[in-house]
Amino acid sequence: MNAAPVESLPAPPENGLSFVAEIGNLLHAAEGNPINTCIQCGTCSATCPVASGGFMDHSPRRIIALIRAGFKDQVLRANTFWYCASCFQCTVRCPRGIDIAELMYGLKRYTVWKAQHQEGLIGPVFSETFVKMILRSGRSYEPVLATTYLFTYGLPEIIQEAQTATALMLKGRLPLLPARIKRLDNFKRMIRRIIPLGDSE
Amino acid sequence: MKTYAYFPGCSLEKMAHSYHLSALETTRALGVELRELEDWNCCGATAYFHVDELLAYTLSARNIAMAEKEHLNLVAPCSGCFKNLFFTRSHLKHDPDLAEHINVALAEDNLQFTGSATVQHLIEVFVQDVGLAEIKARVTNPLQGLRVAPYYGCQILRPRKDHEDVEQPRFFEDLVAACGAVPVSYPLRLTCCGGALIITNRVAALSLVRNLLESAVRERATVIVTACPLCQVNLECYQKQVNREFGTDLNVPVMYFTQLVGLALGIPPKRLGIGSELVAVMPAIADAQKTEPAPVGT
Repeated sequence: MNAAPVESLPAPPENGLSFVAEIGNLLHAAEGNPINTCIQCGTCSATCPVASGGFMDHSPRRIIALIRAGFKDQVLRANTFWYCASCFQCTVRCPRGIDIAELMYGLKRYTVWKAQHQEGLIGPVFSETFVKMILRSGRSYEPVLATTYLFTYGLPEIIQEAQTATALMLKGRLPLLPARIKRLDNFKRMIRRIIPLGDSE
Repeated sequence: MKTYAYFPGCSLEKMAHSYHLSALETTRALGVELRELEDWNCCGATAYFHVDELLAYTLSARNIAMAEKEHLNLVAPCSGCFKNLFFTRSHLKHDPDLAEHINVALAEDNLQFTGSATVQHLIEVFVQDVGLAEIKARVTNPLQGLRVAPYYGCQILRPRKDHEDVEQPRFFEDLVAACGAVPVSYPLRLTCCGGALIITNRVAALSLVRNLLESAVRERATVIVTACPLCQVNLECYQKQVNREFGTDLNVPVMYFTQLVGLALGIPPKRLGIGSELVAVMPAIADAQKTEPAPVGT
């Protein structure tokens, strides 16, 4: 997370809208201050347990710097926002009142919509599978979700996951059948008022 | 008897069934009724917000609107559910256009959001509504000498910036003390356990779990107590994987605050769902109370 992998110049703005303005629009409804007010103090990065563990390729502070400098491709391809654990420590501690966790959510949505996220990440696939599962039944069912990540694991991790699952099963802590809500028809009509789903289901 | 609409959330159906059982047992003993929402749907965890914000608000709003229909305030035992429901309510209350849009969708299920029902985490019902003095007065089995590490996690505290004790909260320590146990102070009590990453970035999550468990063990905690099913599963069920990954030798029981309160109230462990953990709770508690004399004055 230290060396700056700046392999290309900032991308030219699309339709006259700079990247920082696009991100500004993305966070239009958020309560925090715009990222232009960031003073690059690094409180967010220091307080982030994932960044300080060295797991992010750009720290939150650097993501903000890259956005402001227009490095769109580098930002969208970063793993930073997909590795955000939603602990909100950055948001609470930012001395400029920027809602940094909300910025991470905004970047996740942006890359999901545009299908521009880094290859090989589990996060985007997991989120989309989760949402589709809820839209079908109204409730979560853990075994469906396992398919989204087990294929990325090596054999030792798969064995460890299987051992944990077996132990939980023996204690009666894993569901055998998926649950579903009762007023599912109403629920699905409600969803269609918000997002178009198509008629295949 | 004070009555609340109760939103258990998907985890409490199976994975955290002991939290469900102990929540119902202890609230009953404290004169509180939790009435489960009749047809609640998943709050969406963090995944909805990764894909579509409006959809995320709608799904949480359906649960809030059902509580409003019952004329009850809403309580969630899971910190993730609580955060989603709490912020959905506050956004919808402050943005009438958003509320109007979402109400068009809710009408399909004959529901309306008005903002009349409040949203609380279950631990707030214990600490604020029932009150620590009342809990202390009802303790029949004080857990003397038991060293308990209260783990706040993230979402019962953050991102509520208006909340005064977001950096230095005391309520969980005070609740532990009300049960007669010794609250252990340890540096990572407010730090994220990585629960949201256990699937999407396994090594990062395991590393956060390791830091947290070691932080509590270093201060000689016998047991860690949580207020969230995702924290509990992450801290307890992945200990073996943490040990394998980092060569550590961690074996700390992690229980729900409702189980701790239940034991102090004299409720039999089995009725609190104790026995379904992967790291056994009761032997550790029995050992600790045998070896450690109760400190004077607590």
